[in-house]
Amino acid sequence: MSHSESSHGAAYEAILARRSFIELGARERARALLDAGSFRELLGPFDHLESPWLPLQGIVCQADDGVVIAKGALDGEPAVVLAIESAFQGGSIGEVSGAKIAATLELLLGEAEAGRPVRPVILFETGGVRLQEANLGLAAIAEIQAAIVALRRHVPVVGVIAGMVGCFGGMSLAAALCSYLIMTKQGRLGMNGPEVIEQEAGIEELNASDRRLIWSLIGGEQRAATGMVDVLVEDDVEQLAASVRELFAAGRPAQARSERIAHYLSLLARVDPATIDAAAMRQLYNEEPSWTMP
Amino acid sequence: MDHALKPATGGAASVPPSRGRIWFEALAGTQSARAPVLSGSAEMAGERAQLIAVVPDPQQRFPRASDNVVGLEQGWLLAQAVRAVIEADAAAPIKRPIVALVDVKSQAYGRREELLGIHLACAAAVDAYASARLAGHPVIALIVGPAMSGAFLAHGYQANRILALDSPGTMVHAMGREAAARVTRRSLEALDALGETIIPMAYSMQAFNQLGLLSELISGVNADAPSDADLDTVRQALGAAIADTRAGANDLSARLGSPAAHKNRAASIEVRRRLAQQWQAE
Repeated sequence: MSHSESSHGAAYEAILARRSFIELGARERARALLDAGSFRELLGPFDHLESPWLPLQGIVCQADDGVVIAKGALDGEPAVVLAIESAFQGGSIGEVSGAKIAATLELLLGEAEAGRPVRPVILFETGGVRLQEANLGLAAIAEIQAAIVALRRHVPVVGVIAGMVGCFGGMSLAAALCSYLIMTKQGRLGMNGPEVIEQEAGIEELNASDRRLIWSLIGGEQRAATGMVDVLVEDDVEQLAASVRELFAAGRPAQARSERIAHYLSLLARVDPATIDAAAMRQLYNEEPSWTMP
Repeated sequence: MDHALKPATGGAASVPPSRGRIWFEALAGTQSARAPVLSGSAEMAGERAQLIAVVPDPQQRFPRASDNVVGLEQGWLLAQAVRAVIEADAAAPIKRPIVALVDVKSQAYGRREELLGIHLACAAAVDAYASARLAGHPVIALIVGPAMSGAFLAHGYQANRILALDSPGTMVHAMGREAAARVTRRSLEALDALGETIIPMAYSMQAFNQLGLLSELISGVNADAPSDADLDTVRQALGAAIADTRAGANDLSARLGSPAAHKNRAASIEVRRRLAQQWQAE
C-alpha cells in the first residue's frame, strides 16, 4: 500500500515539475526550444510586415501576422524555429504569415546547398488557410510544401503539433511532408476540421461536438499508435526540447512517410470501409514508430 | 470499356463524362487507364508527355470519395502514377513532361478519411509532383474544371507552370463559394462583391489571373466539348509552357516574377527581400 502511495506521490510531483509547452505563446515556445540565450527573432513585430488584406475587411492586424521566425541554436548547431501563433486568427495562413514560413525554408535550402545546414523546426498550430486571404493563403501553403520537400533532402525537417488548435487544412499536408513529427496527446492532426466534415457530410458522418470521438480519430495518441507521427510526448517543455534534439541527432530517415506508397496502398487495400474504426485501424496499422525516445 | 460512361448504379441515365475525362481522352485517347486516377501518354510538342487526371469513380470503396474529389485512394494513386514516371525516366537525360489535368471539386470530407490519414495520402501526391519537378520533369497543371483547396494542392499546385481555361466552371479557390458564404455569414452576392476589392477572395478565373500564379489563361476554348482547333490551341500552350519550364528553374519562383505578382503579391515578395537582408546582416 505504502509503495503504491509513494509512487502516486512521485507521479504527482513529476506532473507538478512539468512546464507546460501548450500554455506558451509562439514566441515563448520558440525561445523554450532553442539553446538558452540563442533566440533572435527575424522579421519581428517591429518590422511591421502585416497582412495587406485584413484591414480592407475591417480586421485588426498583428505586427507579426501570427508567425515567429526564431534564429538560434540546437545543441550548438544553427537552427531556426518557425512558430505559428494560434492566438491570432486561429493560426490561419495568410499571405504574409505563409510567406514568412515559405521564405525561411527557401532561404535554409540555399544555406544547405551552400554547405551551411541549418536545423529547421516548424511548430504547427493552425486551422489552415486564412479565409479572408483565401487564394493567397493556399498559394503560400503550396510554396511551403515545395520548400519542405526540397529542404528535407539536406536536413531533417522536424514538425511539432502540440495543441490545442492542432494542425488542419493544407498545413496538415505540410506536416505530413516533414521528416519527423512530434505530437502531444492534446494535439490533433487532420485535413478537414470536424466542423467542416459535419457541415459537408452531415452529423451522422461526424458529430463535431463529440470531443472524445474526435480525439480518438485524429488525436496524438491515435496518430502515434498508427505510425502517422514519430514521437508522442507529454505537454512538457523539457521533454519536447529533448525530443527535437534527439531527432536531429538521428539524422534524415531513409524514407519519408509520404514516400511509402506501396506500404500505405497495401494497408488501405486491407481496410474494410464498412467496419473501420480507431481500434481496428490500430490493429491494422500497428507498427513501431520509425524512431522512439530512448 | 469505359466505365465512367456506364449507367449510374441502378439508374437508367448515363453519367455525363467529367471534364477531367473529356480532356484526358481528347488529348491521350481512350487508354486502359482506370478511375479514379487516369494516367496515360500523349504526343505533345513533338515528344511524349504523361497526362494524369482524377475522375469520378462510381465503384469507389470509400463512399465519400466517389465523385471527382481527392480522397485516400486518389491521393496514393496520384503519388504512384507520378512516381512511376520518375522511375521510368530515372536514367533518361531528358525527363518527360507530366501534365496534371485539373478537375477536382474538393478533397473527400469524411470520418474514415480523417482516421485513415487523408492528409498523408494528399501529402504523398504533393511529394511525388514536387519530386518530379526537382528531378527535372517539366510539370504542368492544366485547369479544365474546379481546382479546389486541398484537392488542388494534391493535384496541380506543385507544377512548374499553371495554365487554365477561361471557361465557365473553371475556378481556383480555398473554399467553395456556398460554404464560404455560410462560414462568413454573407450572401452569395455580398461574397462576390467582396471579391471585387479583395482579389484573393474572388471566384472568377480572371481575378485569379491577377495574382500572378497562372502562366497563361487560355480563352475561347470549349471546355465541355473541345474542337480540333481548341485542342491545337491547348497543345500549343502546353508545348510553350514545357519549353519555358525547361529554360527556367525547377522551383516555384516563376510565380513571383510576373508584373501581376509584383502588384498583387507584393507582400510575398517583400517578406523574402527583407528576410534575406536580415539573415545576411547577422
